[in-house]
Amino acid sequence: MSDALKQKIQNAFQEPGCATNAAKPEAERKKGCAKQLTPGAAAGGCAFDGAMIALQPITDVAHVVHAPLACWGNGWDNRGSASSGSELYRKGFTTDLTELDIVMGNGEKKLYRAIREVIAQEDPAAVFVYATCVTALIGDDIGAVCKAAAERFGRPVIPVNVPGYVGSKNLGNKLGAEAMLDHVVGTMEPAEPGLTDINIIGDFNLSGELWQIKPLLDRLGIRILGSLSGDARYAQVAMMHRARVTMLVCSHAFIAIARKLQDRYGIPYFEGSFYGISDTSAALRTMCAMLVDRGAPPDLLDRCEALIADEEARTRAALAPLRPKVQGRRVLLYTGGHKTWSVVSALQELGVEVVGTSMRKATDGDRDRVVEIMGDDTHMFENMAPKEMYRMLREARADVLMSGGRSQFVALKARVPWIDVNQEKHEPYAGYAGMVELVRAIDREMNNPMWAELRAPAPWEGLAPDTPAAPVLLSAVPGSKADFEDC
Amino acid sequence: MARLIHPDRALSTNPLKVSAPLGAAMAYLGIEGAIPLFHGAQGCTAFAMVHMVRHFKEAIPLQTTAMNEVSAILGGGEQIEEAIENLRKRANPKFIGIASTALVETRGEDVAGELREMLSRRTDFADTAVVYAATPDFVGGLEDGWARAVEAIVDALAVPCARREGQVNLLPGAHMTPADVEELAGLIRAFGLDPVILPDLSLSLDGHLADDWRGHSLGGTRLSDIATMAGSIATLAIGDAMRPAAMKLQALGVPAHVVPSVTGLAAVDGLVSLLMTLSGADVPATVRRDRARLADAMLDAHFQIGGLKVALGADPDLGFALGSTLAAMGAELTVVTTTGGAAAERIPADQVIVGDLGDLERAAEAAGARLLLTHSHGRMMAARLHLPHVRAGFPVFDRLGAQDVCRTGYRGTRAFLYEVANAVLSHPHRPAPEDFGAARISSEFDHAASSPSHH
Repeated sequence: MSDALKQKIQNAFQEPGCATNAAKPEAERKKGCAKQLTPGAAAGGCAFDGAMIALQPITDVAHVVHAPLACWGNGWDNRGSASSGSELYRKGFTTDLTELDIVMGNGEKKLYRAIREVIAQEDPAAVFVYATCVTALIGDDIGAVCKAAAERFGRPVIPVNVPGYVGSKNLGNKLGAEAMLDHVVGTMEPAEPGLTDINIIGDFNLSGELWQIKPLLDRLGIRILGSLSGDARYAQVAMMHRARVTMLVCSHAFIAIARKLQDRYGIPYFEGSFYGISDTSAALRTMCAMLVDRGAPPDLLDRCEALIADEEARTRAALAPLRPKVQGRRVLLYTGGHKTWSVVSALQELGVEVVGTSMRKATDGDRDRVVEIMGDDTHMFENMAPKEMYRMLREARADVLMSGGRSQFVALKARVPWIDVNQEKHEPYAGYAGMVELVRAIDREMNNPMWAELRAPAPWEGLAPDTPAAPVLLSAVPGSKADFEDC
Repeated sequence: MARLIHPDRALSTNPLKVSAPLGAAMAYLGIEGAIPLFHGAQGCTAFAMVHMVRHFKEAIPLQTTAMNEVSAILGGGEQIEEAIENLRKRANPKFIGIASTALVETRGEDVAGELREMLSRRTDFADTAVVYAATPDFVGGLEDGWARAVEAIVDALAVPCARREGQVNLLPGAHMTPADVEELAGLIRAFGLDPVILPDLSLSLDGHLADDWRGHSLGGTRLSDIATMAGSIATLAIGDAMRPAAMKLQALGVPAHVVPSVTGLAAVDGLVSLLMTLSGADVPATVRRDRARLADAMLDAHFQIGGLKVALGADPDLGFALGSTLAAMGAELTVVTTTGGAAAERIPADQVIVGDLGDLERAAEAAGARLLLTHSHGRMMAARLHLPHVRAGFPVFDRLGAQDVCRTGYRGTRAFLYEVANAVLSHPHRPAPEDFGAARISSEFDHAASSPSHH
């Protein structure tokens, strides 16, 4: 690992903007916030994957992965970030290094040619070049190649030096965003910077979730100037330094970039979420207040309140007929971070009983919120091994599992409904409209008549004995190192 | 129980229904050495034959009594005699199945009587079994014509017979493809039972290349087997339309079991229970495994089918079989069927329109349907409404292999669920800002295309 990269990683672990990090003693802080990965018990993505998650949604960029085939041949075309413009970001570009390339040291030359070809072929706004384990190991200097190519072809060519082995997906998120600060932000100027221009960081417009929020912003006259990286154009990353306020969505990983935008360009940031009614309203309020603080017309506050009142009433009216269909149902939530509580509060509003919520990747703040919302911590648990979860679901201690894609089959094989709340999901659940969609999805999933048919005994089986499951203390479920869900 | 709606209109737009005589002809084609014969004008036969040729991609030996103006007025008895004489000379069929048409039924001809008289006179016809079913075009549709033909065959050819242990009668409905029949026969045999299948399209219209040219069906139920049907231990009639034929066999001492559908987990479970009872045999391991695989397919497919709005246009038994399967997966049905009756009322929807594809198009648009499930004539509607179109029923002329599509049993249900889910997946919806009422992003941010000097 190069010294520069080592330094970058070390810096990434020291984030004054991060409450968790700041609370640690000096020595602990150095170790970083990502847990050491356990051989034989790890399933999450690597740092390269994390960088890709953070940056690939930038739509008009050619994302070129400098690697043998596995990194991108196996990884491309698997996420649901939506674009309202270019579809270029969805194409999979890789240098597909061969044994000969590696042995003969042809990596850099091949990369340079690949950059030339992708510019000729696709006319991208910019080219992002991603280093990976092998190309970092053989010492390809992608920074130098990018610099040479940018000069030769007159196009931004940005190195993203985040090989997989440096750490977890979360670290990759940080380092990917960091590359934008180093090379992109501040390189272009908006034609008419406005007093209500904002950045949104940490939303990837999955299934169009950003567009569930955008109409609200449209009505308030707020413009998304910068985006990292939902439905973003390259120019929107390059102009981020001119926004008035940054909203940081769902994320500890991106605090550093928000904080650095504040330090370098004086743009204040706040953390907020668009999951759930109350969170959405709170995010809008904070956003408007901060914009007004920075000189936006003060009537924005009144208009924001009017909008919130209007939308909340409309949403509650839309939810009312759905409430009886989901009320009293028991949900097991296996997600992470802020979703541990933002989804909980949303569900509780509907009379859904949350029997457990995992505390993976949750901060002390997140824990406090769960206790605040649920009364105590008996419903919290850490990672749960698939076998444990299967047993729990099979014994019908929950009516539905809400989680990410990797635990889907634990639920399904236990004949229990499952709802995707993580990044690969196909339904947008953001904002007021998204809340209604989420409840519709819960209703559709839980009340599907298929479940009864599926659980009925086969003709050659006797009737299953109907034994009520004993209540289980979730906080007593032993934590598992095998975090098979990675959100 | 669905409410049946009979639209108050004179005009039928884009028919869904296929005529009853065609159904009868199709059933006759499931008898070995058969030639179906329409008693009517030449055109009745021509349209029906072309229809079947387009569907099965086979030569269809459908013949006609070719009524002319004189026989239309004076009676067509002689036309039948002449037709049988000529068919025997040309193709030497073992079986001739006559289906009447609207023309002769409107005239009020006593075909059955005339036929009886003629056959007793023409003893030289004795080695050809001749069966007649009254199937006027103005009563019922494909399923009805098929069912009348099977009743007529049972009436004429099933005779009292000593009990044959382990033998069961299988009466497939008109909605079953040759592959469906084959699948079902395999399931029955897996329990050690020996099915007599009437009619058996899996031997005649399964699409196989024969060794020489014959002017009659290429296979099917043997007449000698039909003669033993009264000795079977039970009759399995698939679909409500087959109930009358099963009751005729019951009158000969064979208990009737009408199985409304053999598609869908619960329906197949019901059939398997029945086969367990009839055979006393253990359930074969392959059947257990097929059930487990269907259950897993249901889990995978329910994400697409749950909440899916389906526009379904089909004859009642087919509509019930497929509709109940999808409804059990959480789909919402908008249904048009061809004729009223018990099966139509059982289709799991609030209301079922007895109408045509024009009705289905209007209803599908109003309901916001996301998938069309009907025969090939629905293709124009699918194009207009931008719907994925799963072809089911008769005719399927714009896809190959209609005879190979199996939606029966655990395995066929699994294939059907995948088929529907894949049709949904093949029309992916890519979200756009407009879907959510969001304004477009300013074009200021767009990358200005470079001069077109590339490539």
